[in-house]
Amino acid sequence: MQAANFFEALSNVLPPDCIKTAAEDMRPYECDGLSMYRALPKCVALPENEAQLAAVVKLCHAHRIPIVARGAGTGLSGGAMPDPNALLLSTAKMMRILDVDPLACTARVQPGVRNLAISEAVAVHGLYYAPDPSSQIACTIGGNVAENSGGVHCLKYGLTVHNVRKLRVVLMTGEIIEVGSDSLDSVAPGGYDVLALMIGSEGLLGIVTEVTVKLTPKPQLAQVAMASFASVEAAGAAVGAIIAAGIIPGGLEMMDRIATEAVEGFVHAGYDLTAEAILLCESDGTPEEVADEIARVSDVLRQAGATDIKVSQNEAERLRYWSGRKNAFPATGRISPDYYCMDGTIPRKELPRVLNEIARLSGKYGLRCANVFHAGDGNLHPLIMFDANVPGELERAEEFGAEVLELCVEVGGTITGEHGVGIEKINQMCVQFSPKELTRMHEIKHAFDEHTLLNPGKAVPTLHRCAEFGKMRVTRGKPMPFAELERF
Amino acid sequence: MTIETWQAQIKQAAARGGKLAIRGSGSKAFCSPPASPTAVLLDIRAHAGVVEYEPNELVIVVRTGTALAEVERVMTAAGQMLAFEAPHFGPGATIGGALASGLSGPRRPYAGALRDFVLGCKVVDGKGEHLAFGGKVMKNVAGFDVARLLAGSHGTFGVLTEVAFKCLPLPQSQQTRVFELGAEDAVVAMNRWYAAANPITASVWVGGRLYVRLAGAEPAVRLAATNLGGEALADDARWWRDWREQGHPFFAASDASSPLIRVSCKATAAFGDLGNGAEKQAIDWGGAQRWLRASSVALPAIREWARANGGFAQVFRGAAHEGERVSPLPAALVGVQQKLKQSFDPYGVFPNL
Repeated sequence: MQAANFFEALSNVLPPDCIKTAAEDMRPYECDGLSMYRALPKCVALPENEAQLAAVVKLCHAHRIPIVARGAGTGLSGGAMPDPNALLLSTAKMMRILDVDPLACTARVQPGVRNLAISEAVAVHGLYYAPDPSSQIACTIGGNVAENSGGVHCLKYGLTVHNVRKLRVVLMTGEIIEVGSDSLDSVAPGGYDVLALMIGSEGLLGIVTEVTVKLTPKPQLAQVAMASFASVEAAGAAVGAIIAAGIIPGGLEMMDRIATEAVEGFVHAGYDLTAEAILLCESDGTPEEVADEIARVSDVLRQAGATDIKVSQNEAERLRYWSGRKNAFPATGRISPDYYCMDGTIPRKELPRVLNEIARLSGKYGLRCANVFHAGDGNLHPLIMFDANVPGELERAEEFGAEVLELCVEVGGTITGEHGVGIEKINQMCVQFSPKELTRMHEIKHAFDEHTLLNPGKAVPTLHRCAEFGKMRVTRGKPMPFAELERF
Repeated sequence: MTIETWQAQIKQAAARGGKLAIRGSGSKAFCSPPASPTAVLLDIRAHAGVVEYEPNELVIVVRTGTALAEVERVMTAAGQMLAFEAPHFGPGATIGGALASGLSGPRRPYAGALRDFVLGCKVVDGKGEHLAFGGKVMKNVAGFDVARLLAGSHGTFGVLTEVAFKCLPLPQSQQTRVFELGAEDAVVAMNRWYAAANPITASVWVGGRLYVRLAGAEPAVRLAATNLGGEALADDARWWRDWREQGHPFFAASDASSPLIRVSCKATAAFGDLGNGAEKQAIDWGGAQRWLRASSVALPAIREWARANGGFAQVFRGAAHEGERVSPLPAALVGVQQKLKQSFDPYGVFPNL
């Protein structure tokens, strides 16, 4: 019997405590941060090192058993949702920082190392790892690589793809490749940029066993300016004006009034509740640089019609201004039983049109919607509030969200800026890409994974799958895992 | 119109076993895979023009046949730049050639490589299909990052027709400091000064001197210049342009009889004499790129040094054969690359990488 053989073989390559097959032991793995999608895997494997991991993959390949890889499971798009026929491969036990080179500004780490643990480990050298997804205290670097995670500082400091130098990857055949290098070239002369392709591939191309990250010298100072505006249009225009002034702020975030009201009741960040929108603009660098930039930013904001501007005077105040923005998701969860979080990116100039359209749709569907926005890079997170216990609200919220995402694509944007496609937005991929591009993506997958065993059914839809939109939902009955984490 | 013509041309070549060679001005032909002798020329300069440029969006969308100089002119007028400082290597260089070769200039260690700024890319592949990947927004994780894969693919996947790049503002202020320094000390200084959060945007050691370009907010540049010391370099914009374009005397007369070898290595790798004297070497990219005027006979030893120091070596100008230009890849990676090539160009219309 094949299954028995498989489990027997698995127990030959992994120690007993690295395999879980009982339902109660597998329950913690049944979903990621997108808790509405749940399933128990065939089994859970927790290799302790690369050799074990490669042996598990090779075994699965021989038995044609699919694999779903998982880091900390904080993802918001169901990318790590198990498949009943697949082995769930957790990198949680591979959590060693292997090497830090403070002069070269690099660190070599195992995939299960938490994002924030890297910055903590290198802080003594005045360095940090720049991408800062809001789940950074829990999420792992392996998961960040799979999702190409961002954060609030990515306009200036880039996404994961800009901050990873090299990967060791186990292919589905069990072969190990290295992509990228310890130099600045992502590829050897005569090679294709497989490193770029691997980052954000959502566990469909290979399993990362080692990541060399680029570290960034820590700025001496950061200060944030908080500005109030009488309309979202005026706030949107102010963002354009900051960029037009040649300033790339360390962070540039916007919230509408519904969002500020929600968070103010939650964290008391000191937001101006008379404003229709507020902007948070962070400057970092040397004290001289920051003083100069904050002065220029304040001028621009005033000329753009800011009704009030406050500048953080110390680190505690800076963190307080940010706390509201960082807690927008949980705060929305407190004022509404359920919400859908959308993750579209739009060209910034389309912001007034998109926000007006969202307001119109809010009226049409009779559902409130708070808007938080990575204004610098155009990544919009409308939070559609609903109550799943009221008949029809869930369906209305789904239709509302569908219209918002179609709108993002229509104005030249994308269905997902940073949360990934996973299982959640699999159908919306069909709106954004034509069958010929999707076919090419499948061919690319086959170049790495001939038998479609890695995370099957995720990220790239099969052509016959283009059906209805899926969305993130957080229900009262089933709290989101890591509900305490800050979310962007 | 042009694209339809190319699609028809490619389909015809595919059906008849024909070969095509994609070409802009040919400025980077010396560092690209050679076309088949029977290949028909496909000139991308027929497809030129800025499609969309709104500086406040920090995005420029251009047809690939557009002259790189024209793109830079338009962006400079708006106070912006392509921060990877693409080398032209010739007066007619196109943005498509820059994209296909994937080369980055002196700012690379500090701002990022060309591929880091690619937001989206369109390609007519070897089946004649016109495909669009990525987009024109800053953050986009929908689907595989094929746009970045196409950057640096040297026209082996198909004709790149349009590209969207992220733009950055030109620095408010810039100056270059020059230091009389030995090669060993220069490597250490480049790395130390960067790790100490100085606003460095380029650093080169050549001919016994270290050139460090500082750029950014005026107060930060002024302070860093005071802290680091050294002498100011007059007309530094011109010096850096010459350096980027390999017009500096160090690069003079590179050809098969006197090749230019490029070594990509860990930035902190200690100066390696590599047997030809310090005057035959220049250190670029904060230590991560080293240029050698050495005989290609020395290439195996240089490659071994590069490998031990985390990178690669290739003959950049004056390669006698492909083996000098490209590095051997591990077998597992070769398999993946061949399948990628097969997917985009199953009939072998375009050259191999």
